[in-house]
Amino acid sequence: MQATEPQVTVETAKNLGLTEEEFHRINDILGRTPNFTELSIFSVMWSEHCSYKNSIYWLKTLPREGKHLLVGAGEENAGLVDIGDGLACAFKIESHNHPSAIEPYQGAATGVGGIHRDIFTMGARPIAALNSLRFGDIESSKTQHLIRGVVKGIGDYGNCFGVPTVGGEVYFNPCYNQNILVNAMSVGLVKAGQTISARADGPGNPVFIVGSATGKDGIHGATFASADLTEDSAEDLPAVQVGDPFQEKLLLEATLEAIKTGAIVGMQDMGAAGITCSTSEMSAKSQTGMRIDLSRVPTRQAHMKPFEILLSESQERMLIVAHKGQEQKLFDVFEKWDLVCEQIGEVTDTGRLEYFYEGEKVADVIADALVLGGGAPVYKREQKKPEYLKNIAKFKLSKIAKPDNYVEAAKKLFTSPNLVSKRWVYEQYDSMVRTNTVTTNTPSDAAIVRIKNAQKALAVTTDCNSAYVYADPYVGAMIAVAEAARNIVCSGGEPLAITNCLNFGNPYNPEVYWQFVSAIKGMGDACRKFSTPVTGGNVSFYNQSVYKDATEPVYPTPTIGMLGLLDDISTHTTLNFKKPGHQIYMIGTPHNDLGSSEYLRWVHQVEHSPAPVFDLDEEFHVQLHLKKLIRKGVIESAHDISDGGLFTCLLEASFPNGLGFIVETDSNFRKDAYLFGESQSRIMISVSVENEDELVNYLNSNNVSFTKLGEVAGQQIIIDEENYGALSDWKHQFDTLIEEKMES
Amino acid sequence: MKFGVVVFPGSNCDDDMVHVLRNVMQQDVVKLWHKDRDIDSFETGDCIVLPGGFSYGDYVRAGAIARFSPIVDAVIEFANSGGYVWGICNGFQILCEAGLLPGVLLRNSNHHFVCKNVFLRTETNNSPITSNIMPGKVLKIPIAHAEGRYYDNPAELQQLEDNGQVLFRYATADGAITEAANPNGAINNIAGICNEQRNVFGMMPHPERAAETILGNTDGRLLFESMLATTSSKMLV
Repeated sequence: MQATEPQVTVETAKNLGLTEEEFHRINDILGRTPNFTELSIFSVMWSEHCSYKNSIYWLKTLPREGKHLLVGAGEENAGLVDIGDGLACAFKIESHNHPSAIEPYQGAATGVGGIHRDIFTMGARPIAALNSLRFGDIESSKTQHLIRGVVKGIGDYGNCFGVPTVGGEVYFNPCYNQNILVNAMSVGLVKAGQTISARADGPGNPVFIVGSATGKDGIHGATFASADLTEDSAEDLPAVQVGDPFQEKLLLEATLEAIKTGAIVGMQDMGAAGITCSTSEMSAKSQTGMRIDLSRVPTRQAHMKPFEILLSESQERMLIVAHKGQEQKLFDVFEKWDLVCEQIGEVTDTGRLEYFYEGEKVADVIADALVLGGGAPVYKREQKKPEYLKNIAKFKLSKIAKPDNYVEAAKKLFTSPNLVSKRWVYEQYDSMVRTNTVTTNTPSDAAIVRIKNAQKALAVTTDCNSAYVYADPYVGAMIAVAEAARNIVCSGGEPLAITNCLNFGNPYNPEVYWQFVSAIKGMGDACRKFSTPVTGGNVSFYNQSVYKDATEPVYPTPTIGMLGLLDDISTHTTLNFKKPGHQIYMIGTPHNDLGSSEYLRWVHQVEHSPAPVFDLDEEFHVQLHLKKLIRKGVIESAHDISDGGLFTCLLEASFPNGLGFIVETDSNFRKDAYLFGESQSRIMISVSVENEDELVNYLNSNNVSFTKLGEVAGQQIIIDEENYGALSDWKHQFDTLIEEKMES
Repeated sequence: MKFGVVVFPGSNCDDDMVHVLRNVMQQDVVKLWHKDRDIDSFETGDCIVLPGGFSYGDYVRAGAIARFSPIVDAVIEFANSGGYVWGICNGFQILCEAGLLPGVLLRNSNHHFVCKNVFLRTETNNSPITSNIMPGKVLKIPIAHAEGRYYDNPAELQQLEDNGQVLFRYATADGAITEAANPNGAINNIAGICNEQRNVFGMMPHPERAAETILGNTDGRLLFESMLATTSSKMLV
């Protein structure tokens, strides 16, 4: 063994993020004290990031099976869904929060690179990307620095890699001041039956590392991601990886070409914990082992230590197990693409991972002991209902003053960065490469990605209003799923499955753990209702910010990435008004409710109020019948009423074609609640006069509540006979608010 | 006629171009690998397309390394013998780097990558890709680039303008050439040009992204139709 390695004690283990109990467990497993390299291996593999030790018990309660699923949750690098015509869709969302908080450009860039690799390591070609971003107060220069870096990082990586960013969300809230959230999602297509599994079958088969050389970047990155972010975290900079999208593009083309040669047994990308994670997970899955010679790994720097090579999170690398005797096929493909392809070991039947360096064995561990589902620990942490919920329970709508002037209130609301266009952000992303993005010119609630040579299209969206989840984690998580489904249904699609990115605070904080468990329960109930199983995703704990002089966890943010299908692309339904004279209706039930609305937060500075009114059965009922109305071709547009309420929804439908509206509110409700409230399960639609009777008859006979709001007309905004001004002025404000803050 | 679409390492609009040429325009099209030198099967009436993307990652200056790919020498020879060469986005940058087109493409004036629909005013129908388009007609075609600010020295620029080599300018929806309509700061709002012989053309906007009804925009098809009309009329002669 290497004489230069540090002495191993309990303290060493603690410094690497392990607990004392875990250290003893490792001693028991090995029957001896691990050396430093072995301890490092355990520390990354048993980190929250790789082992899901504090979450897996609860994740397993989520619905994970469904008729469209081709692989179960957690079985492969990403979920795989049958979309018919011999095609399957691989999709997954993942966080890169901590790296992005420290080094926004590289953090976000490598987040995008990592999630795409999860997709193409399965043999699927990524065809669309989405991202869900949370920043702090947009007025702060620190936040603006983070926004610039993250947006440029996502853009530079995705644009060069050549996959369009078709959708996503951007939210601002002071709870994310220091701890921003960067969740990236990738969606890929593969012919059913042509996927590659992350397996290491066949003792004697050669093991290759392909792609970039291994450097010292990202060492202990997984451990870094599994601890609180503090002021000292900037000193962990080497734990942030550096991305090279050009290499990733070559790696994509080369691996997809290599798969076609038939020479590949199994493949796994290298993300967290690098060679350690890929070798152990592939071996454990096939109940085999590997002998790996670390001195054969091409490195960027001279004199890298064995543990550094093992733990490096250098990007754009893959581990490939090939059929013995077919090595030349691999070499030919990787040579064509000018990429490194180096044999570093072979598969064994020992169940052990034996790592060598310059002829000496430097580590010897049991593969299964390292991995999730094997020897990795599983914990259920203590839960406690958070104190702040008492404040929320005290909220009384009657204490909220009604506006004297609704035009002024609406104008104030529209200065919230959460409600205005994110154009400044998304125009920096190539949203059209691969020429499948239908929603560029015909916008809808979910992004629509057509599938060439088929009549089908995918509908994809990411959703989570974390203020709702903060107010009520169970209901808020249900709403996140319901809203994602609603966006897909409004676009003419059928929800199929979800991937989730669970961003929470420190799991050892019982209040945080209560939020986590409650959110999982809500998510599970909603997913069961919509028959959208959870195909996988990722958990990101330890997200917290110094806020109001105290360290506070971020709002619980279980981001939902949902995949839907338009079996026939002609059912695509857009969100915008089409013609003057079309009639505007609201499907669903209005309430005297301002709970957790942007209006309460932004205009009244009320942080604590209940989640908006939500009923899962009514939601399901509304969506079911909207789907049928769309299939019947009755309606002209559909747009879900969400952040900013009906008022925002009306404006968003008006902007694309510059068509104003004349509507009336209902005097049975507070007008501010009617216009700005965010009660769920409501959809605004427009309909031609000719189809109006059919619409009304259908809704009446199917017991769907609805309200006629008014009609599409002119270029002004008229509500209850009051003129709110020219649509063009509102649009200018909507388009340029964020731009002006970012470019000033 | 047939089309060849060159694939450089890092090209990412190659498949899009092949799709439009083959499936939308029903043309013969082959992919050409950048390491190939032999394009002898292409004749003067054929067209070689340099597609968009990030050849070699564009880590130096867009197109600066791709220009030294083996195939580029062959493309230069093909162009000099009168063959059609069409560069889009990164392809335009490579053509400028290779000296087949005058001028250079600089970093956008706002320093951001920008992807959006823009309006182009067609400046002349005296080119293979605009032959079917009335001068003055405004087309909506998207751009997606970080280095698209066309620039040339005053003397060359004057020549370009005098010879009617400017094919497209960034414009408002009703065809006005304004600063606000210029997405990248290009000199004289130039979005696309051709060489003096009018057989080599380059443009930053992506017509292949605007060639299908399902994508809600078919303005880009006019360029492909022009190209086909030009070559078929030549064959008749």
